Amino acid sequence: MTPNQTDRLATRFIQFLVLIVVLILLFLLGDIIISGLPHISWHFLTSPASSFSAGGGIRDQLFNSLYLLVLTLIISFPLALGSAIYLSEYAGDNWFTSLIRTAIEVLSSLPSVVVGLFGYLLFVIEFHLGFSILSGAIALTFFNLPLLIRSIEGSLHAVPNSQREAGIALGLSNWRTIRGILLPMALPGILTGIILSAGRIFGEAAALIYTAGQSAPILDYTNWNPTASSSFLNPMRPAETLAVHIWKVNTEGVTPDAVSISAGSSAVLIIIILLFNFGARAIGNRMYKKMTGGK
Amino acid sequence: MQVYDLNKNHIVTPPGEIALSTNQLQVNYGNSKQASMVDASLSFPRFQITALIGASGSGKSTYLRSLNRMNDRIATVHGEIMYHNTNINSPKVNVYEVRKHIGMVFQKPNPFAKSITENITFALKAAGITNRQELRQRVETSLKEAALWDEVKDDLNKSALALSGGQQQRLCIARSIAMKPDILLLDEPASALDPISTAKLEVTLKELAKNYTIIIVTHNMQQASRVSSYTAFFHLGHVIEYDQTETIFQTPNIQATHDYVTGNFG
Amino acid sequence: MDDIQKKLALPSKASREDIIGRIVSYSCIAAIIILVISILYFITSRGLATFLTDHVNLWQFLTGKDWNPGSLNAQGKPQVGALPMIVTSFSVTILSALVATPFAIAVALFMTDIAPKSGTKFLQPVIELLVGIPSVVYGFIGLTVVVPVIRNLFGGTGAGILAGTIVLFVMVLPTITSLAVDALRAVPAYFRSASLALGATRFQTIYKVLLRAAMPRLLTAVIFGMARAFGEALAVQMVIGNAVLMPHNLITPTSTLTSQLTTNIGNTIMGTLPNNALWSLALILLLMSLVFNLLVRYIGKRGEIKS
Repeated sequence: MTPNQTDRLATRFIQFLVLIVVLILLFLLGDIIISGLPHISWHFLTSPASSFSAGGGIRDQLFNSLYLLVLTLIISFPLALGSAIYLSEYAGDNWFTSLIRTAIEVLSSLPSVVVGLFGYLLFVIEFHLGFSILSGAIALTFFNLPLLIRSIEGSLHAVPNSQREAGIALGLSNWRTIRGILLPMALPGILTGIILSAGRIFGEAAALIYTAGQSAPILDYTNWNPTASSSFLNPMRPAETLAVHIWKVNTEGVTPDAVSISAGSSAVLIIIILLFNFGARAIGNRMYKKMTGGK
Repeated sequence: MQVYDLNKNHIVTPPGEIALSTNQLQVNYGNSKQASMVDASLSFPRFQITALIGASGSGKSTYLRSLNRMNDRIATVHGEIMYHNTNINSPKVNVYEVRKHIGMVFQKPNPFAKSITENITFALKAAGITNRQELRQRVETSLKEAALWDEVKDDLNKSALALSGGQQQRLCIARSIAMKPDILLLDEPASALDPISTAKLEVTLKELAKNYTIIIVTHNMQQASRVSSYTAFFHLGHVIEYDQTETIFQTPNIQATHDYVTGNFG
Repeated sequence: MDDIQKKLALPSKASREDIIGRIVSYSCIAAIIILVISILYFITSRGLATFLTDHVNLWQFLTGKDWNPGSLNAQGKPQVGALPMIVTSFSVTILSALVATPFAIAVALFMTDIAPKSGTKFLQPVIELLVGIPSVVYGFIGLTVVVPVIRNLFGGTGAGILAGTIVLFVMVLPTITSLAVDALRAVPAYFRSASLALGATRFQTIYKVLLRAAMPRLLTAVIFGMARAFGEALAVQMVIGNAVLMPHNLITPTSTLTSQLTTNIGNTIMGTLPNNALWSLALILLLMSLVFNLLVRYIGKRGEIKS
């Protein structure tokens, strides 16, 4: 074979592999949507789940997922922001900084099940929080922190150094420069990072099974008192999320229509995550355009 | 490259009031043992323009950035910087106040991604000025002083990033002088500008020198000779010669200076 | 002393702001450090209890083939042999990385060298979508599509290493791909132009120059993929069969470290040997993720492109 023939053959082979990957994705999405959509109905989305009979919905699971997402972001965003500011603006080039970076890398490489088990050990058992939304949100925070820190730090890093100099040359404190100049410029990137991490939180299950628990008590959506045990806002109640629900109905095998419930739930999950992804992109682009004055 | 005796120098002390002076300033970047700037002792006359010239890597920008402590995070600066009878290079000194009184304009225009007005008022508000009347007044005065008012007075709420390079640089000057500094440091402010904008900027600088002490780093020798009354020539981290601009360009005392200003360098 | 001199000597609003800023950001970073240390501490101390409190022999734990922590064996010792799970975990990890790597590199090459513009525009979202699909959904599809297909083809239950590998292959594919893209993009453009200018074909350039120059970072990409595969719990748990048996082939039910953990930690009582033994599995997971981390660092340090 001449080199040119090899070249053509190799290119064909690469294209073939790429094609397979694309087909896999199309198959996955197609399978989820096609087998899931028929099961999605108003009834499915708005009725409570039933364990031992067919026809259950996912109302509470869906709400739990969203509530948990919000709580997790409320806890993890300030922590991640502060840490990212430290790393990008205050950290010197020394052993301490590299220790911190190593710690964050270790945190990000931990399997989510290990993070979940740690949350179970410390919060559910030691701190007696029990299986609760709060324990779940804390576990998800651990799991979410490294990613969020990395994306915020990246966005801050992308702000040109000349902006920092402009700020401090005017006699502004570093803190004021960060808050008033750097953060607004980094905002599109930060928002994109938050939304993408929201997608991950939304689909995570392993860290939740032993923290937020696997049961969904009947919720009272008219009770706005967060301390009442039946209130939908109570952060101390156990809460099965959509992703955990899919896992549970499949592994316990007591729900007769487990497959259709999982299919419908998977489709809902995927659609929401797709929305997150597109939203992240759209918001990022739009804010970027607005900031640069349309240029 | 010809080797000059770096320890041979000729440095004068200008007569009259001195706004700022340095005594044996030495700058080391990072952990480097090699100093980027040694032994610089210069006095800057009040309400005059002083130019710092020299080839790239001569240490002139390093020196300038040390004057308002912009190098704090990246370099160690030894020696004294005297301003109002205070050594402002001391760690005890309030560095934010130093920078309020000694403003700086950079090589590349760096307006904030905010409106023209906000570019100027942002630091004023941070400094505690909240009176709307006064803020508006300061915006107008500083833009007038920077010779930008007539061009932008109708769209003060437009993004500063929509301005041309020359306008952006004058906005940066306006932003600095709105803080009512004493001294203005300019680090090659015209290097990113076209000739017309540069000429405008030079006129503005001369006008500003009536109220401010200006120290300007420049690559461009014609510019130094046009705008400044004193000039310092830097070479390989040493101040070789400091005298009236006329002397530097016409009858320099040191061979290296002569070679540099006549273009017979390197 | 004049006014300015006084101002220079005294702290101002800006100095106070900066103290606040430091306090805020330093406390956040302190929280993270405490968090990481406590994760390491708690998992380690729990995981060691099997050996320290229950006096299980470490070697027997790692090499024993019988896992039944609730009961004793013929010698009156608890049956805590974790080898089946360790073997299965490594098998699915290595196999899925082996299958995924060629695909990942092909996609990465397509995006960087074969069709940089359209390839990136089209394949970037593909990769992002693959990352975005939650692991339970992968598990569910594995359970409803992959397992039945294997069952029909080879008989048995369909669950096992093969099913786990197929599911994990798709899950680690985007991880390896996006890091491989970074690796290839990091190769300076003049490597390519120099090779092409010498008359090499594109394939020769890719094979002899690009892949070689990017090798350390490509390896890192594969290790990241393996780390993800090793730690993945639910998707694997749904298709692996969850029988703690030494795997004899690719299609008999078996169990990984993660699947054993997720299945049983809720069914055991804190402080008892069966529970401690599970925490020891978690400790293995933790240690392995540290090992992957160290490997990445080691390769990264040795393989920086010097240019």
